[in-house]
Amino acid sequence: MERHYFDKSLIALTLILVLVGLATLYSAGQTDVPSAVSKVWQKQLVWIGLGIVLAVASFRLSPRLLEWLVPGIYAAAIALLAMTLFVGVGAGTAAGTKSWISIFGVRLGQPAELAKLATILMLARMLGGRRHPPAGIWEALPAGIVVAIPFMLVALQPDLGSAIVFIALLFGALYWAGLKPSLLLLLLSPGISLLLAFSTISWGIWIVFLTGFILLTRPHLVEGLALWFTNASMGILAFSLWEQLQPYQQKRLLSFLNPDVDPRATGWHIIQSKIAVGSGGLIGVGFGEGHQKRLAFLPAQHTDFVYSVIGEEFGFLGVLATLVLLALLILALIRIARKASDPFSSMLVAGVATMLLTHIVVNVGMTIGVMPITGIPLPFFSYGGSFMLTCCIAIGLTMRVSWDSQGLRYLNA
Amino acid sequence: MTWSHPHEVTRRADASRLVVTLMFVLLAVGFFRIQVLGADRYKLQSTNNRLRPVTLPAPRGLIVDRNGVVLAENEPGYTIALLASDEDSLRSTLERIADRANLDSLKIEAILRRFRRLPHEPTTILRDAPFDLVSAMEESRVMVPGLVIQTEPKRNYPYKETVAHVLGYVGEITEQELASGAIPGARGGTIVGRDGLERQYEDVLRGEDGQRFIEVDALGRTVREVLDGSTLERERQGDTLFTTLDIGLQEFVADVFPAGWRGAVVAMVPGTGEVLALYSSPSFDPNLFVGGMDPETWRQLSQAEDTPLFNRATEGRYPPASPFKLAVAESALLRGLVDMDTHMETPCEGGMLYGNRYFRCWKADGHGSLTLREAIQYSCDVYFYQLGLQLTLSNLLSDGVDMGFSDRSGIDLPHERTPLFPESIEYFNRRYGQRGRDWTSGVTLNMAIGQGENDQTVINMVKFYAKLANPQGRAPDPWLVQGDGGEETSLGLSEQALADLREALYLVVEEGTAVGARVESVRIAGKTGTAQNPHGRPHGWFVGFAPLEDPKIVVGAIVEFAEHGSTVAHVVTNIIHRYLLGPEVEPARVIEYLLPSDSAPEPIPILPDTSRGRRIPSEDVSGTALFR
Repeated sequence: MERHYFDKSLIALTLILVLVGLATLYSAGQTDVPSAVSKVWQKQLVWIGLGIVLAVASFRLSPRLLEWLVPGIYAAAIALLAMTLFVGVGAGTAAGTKSWISIFGVRLGQPAELAKLATILMLARMLGGRRHPPAGIWEALPAGIVVAIPFMLVALQPDLGSAIVFIALLFGALYWAGLKPSLLLLLLSPGISLLLAFSTISWGIWIVFLTGFILLTRPHLVEGLALWFTNASMGILAFSLWEQLQPYQQKRLLSFLNPDVDPRATGWHIIQSKIAVGSGGLIGVGFGEGHQKRLAFLPAQHTDFVYSVIGEEFGFLGVLATLVLLALLILALIRIARKASDPFSSMLVAGVATMLLTHIVVNVGMTIGVMPITGIPLPFFSYGGSFMLTCCIAIGLTMRVSWDSQGLRYLNA
Repeated sequence: MTWSHPHEVTRRADASRLVVTLMFVLLAVGFFRIQVLGADRYKLQSTNNRLRPVTLPAPRGLIVDRNGVVLAENEPGYTIALLASDEDSLRSTLERIADRANLDSLKIEAILRRFRRLPHEPTTILRDAPFDLVSAMEESRVMVPGLVIQTEPKRNYPYKETVAHVLGYVGEITEQELASGAIPGARGGTIVGRDGLERQYEDVLRGEDGQRFIEVDALGRTVREVLDGSTLERERQGDTLFTTLDIGLQEFVADVFPAGWRGAVVAMVPGTGEVLALYSSPSFDPNLFVGGMDPETWRQLSQAEDTPLFNRATEGRYPPASPFKLAVAESALLRGLVDMDTHMETPCEGGMLYGNRYFRCWKADGHGSLTLREAIQYSCDVYFYQLGLQLTLSNLLSDGVDMGFSDRSGIDLPHERTPLFPESIEYFNRRYGQRGRDWTSGVTLNMAIGQGENDQTVINMVKFYAKLANPQGRAPDPWLVQGDGGEETSLGLSEQALADLREALYLVVEEGTAVGARVESVRIAGKTGTAQNPHGRPHGWFVGFAPLEDPKIVVGAIVEFAEHGSTVAHVVTNIIHRYLLGPEVEPARVIEYLLPSDSAPEPIPILPDTSRGRRIPSEDVSGTALFR
């Protein structure tokens, strides 16, 4: 008889992270100038409760039924995203965007978060159904389209941070589905071109390198040529694309490169976050005592910069402890993805791992200025209902994959 | 091989683990750099972030008179300031309170400039704010983020107009002064001395500002005061300035000076140079400058025709006229040309012919043949014309330089004007050309009666008479707080000769040109003078000292457009009387005018008008008498 049990380490890690996150959120609300943030932890508690219910429901959901439902879920998510563009409203730190679905002024949620999960599922179904990994760029194209649709819709909101997550989901899924690393690099090359185009020299070197790389790896001739020309045009188009960006997006990118440009405006967030983190020192200033946060120098201390609160109040040791917890969570997800009983489940968990990893690296990196400010939440820490529910569902689904995989002894050999 | 074959999956999982671990390690390294290696720097930044220094302005030192009576003090005033995070938020706050605080767009711009200079410190909105405004602001604190109300010592001059020119006034340091670093140790918003002793002794009076810290949030709102004693720097009040002034006498001077007339009075102790009173009329109320003056008042003060801000005692220059005759006499005695009983060749018949010009004496009837003593007593111009010619112009000029007529008195007040006095005949050559062709010895005659190229300040004339008054013929520079230790040069006459001159000056008051100002019970020596004024009616002089045997006070006075020096004599003798006999004794009443005054003759048009000094603009004084 098969012996099933809950993945205790996954449950434990998740619960610890949720509790630490809640405590951090409570501390983030302890400011000298009273603000709405002081009550946020109570609202988050409600979301957590709702998240647990959804996690249990997700756990109970049959993977087969889920796989069957995926196209519908994906279509619904895309529809919601499209709707957001027309009726969406801004809120809080993203007041200028249309990220929220609201009915009669009550904000219901951010469809982009749900769309991430839907995209993970869609990719899992599409790539999991293949026996062989995509042999070339051409075969990876359907997966690209699955991602491109929500990517475009989210980028139009505009929500650059979430859009980046979708790109990450595509690459994570393709990698897990066995696409050759050289092809992954080629896929990524237009993006690299775009980044390097700001300096003609660096872009020139990159094009030379890319040309050699294409000749060496010998992809399909059409693909190779298409890639090369995409890269070339990216380099040329970079400037006009830059013009297309919203001024605040330009400023964010610029201040990412040099936060001292305008310390009171754009670089303010990065500088204040670094000051908060840096003044925490080795052991921190103590729970609830962060000056930067108390005096409201730290912006968005309950959402985007919640991790800076940990840095200031618990110091490097606190940062190290939470980073270890987060790393263990991702490693646990990889372990579960590896042991999954079927390709769909494996792809699903790998997608969840990619999503969480991207959020963690971008958000945490942002607090010390190694990542641009994109405003994507830190899983289990940042205040926000939609993402908390998304994470809970993702963990619930993963629990089920773990549960199902335990009968398959041969995999554990 | 399918992609989901366990071996394939395990291989990719291992690679993924490596990549994930690497990412987290890199993040940890990033945090290590900032939190462990950079902790000190960021801790400092965090502290600077939330603490704002607030200056505790040091009260300026007191200024007291010789008896310890306070002439300049401080009283608590309220300053309204704002802490702001950026210019836009400051502007919007200012616009919100503009009506209540009476701020126009000009003032708002000035405040914003102040903010740009020191953005992290409270920006002063209003100095010396009225109490009802302060309490109104305090009540609406919620509407005015970053409000800081400070008590700030505010200068007060209890004697108002009476001592204005000696004390000067104070004002906030200007942006130019701040930029040029003209006033060491001053910072934005510092109150600095603007004139008078306030300016002269700025370093002594200013003291040291203190500093406290307040903790603010990112929006610049004050959260709490930091009470940690180690961060508080107490302010230190400036030192008290002990002056030589006698405020009782000063008040008397201001009182006795003819109201509505322009002029100046200086009273000094001849033996020590201590200035007892220094008054310039018209005066102003220095309290008007405290807390910033509104432009309209400033315009009125600075552009008034009678220039109240101008210190006529040290900055006004006037032809010395008859009082200068003592310098001519001194010079002639020193050179042994005459003694007190010498007669001149030509007796005074109301004037004398020199060259082809007729030089008149003030007394048209003539004085007849006089001794030097009598010539001083009656201020005979004809006698001094001849004495000047005997002396020669170059001797007259070089002796005048020796007696200090080309130098400032050295009083410790800012802006003292250097007198106009040619140092040699080269001056005339340079200016007019060749002697005999372009200018003649007629100059000598004018110089000999204190007219012409000779403009002196009241303080400098008082200094000269102090030398006459002192037995050794020497006197220190006048001073209010501390003497400059300048070398005392002697007039060089014997004690007997000096005593003879004093005797002659005594006779001026006893029975000469100033007899109308004679007072009972005090033996006063002095000299009247009526300075011809090319811009209007003559100025009246009197310089005198008393008591004759052992002078304790020397007083000089000028009244612009006063017509007659003998009328000014009355003012001076009253001051001397008051000083020597005290305020209890009724001032001696002036008897009546017995003699006509020693009005200098109409100026002989020898030279173009060259006294390009800062002239007091003339005014059409309709023939009102000075005293009724």
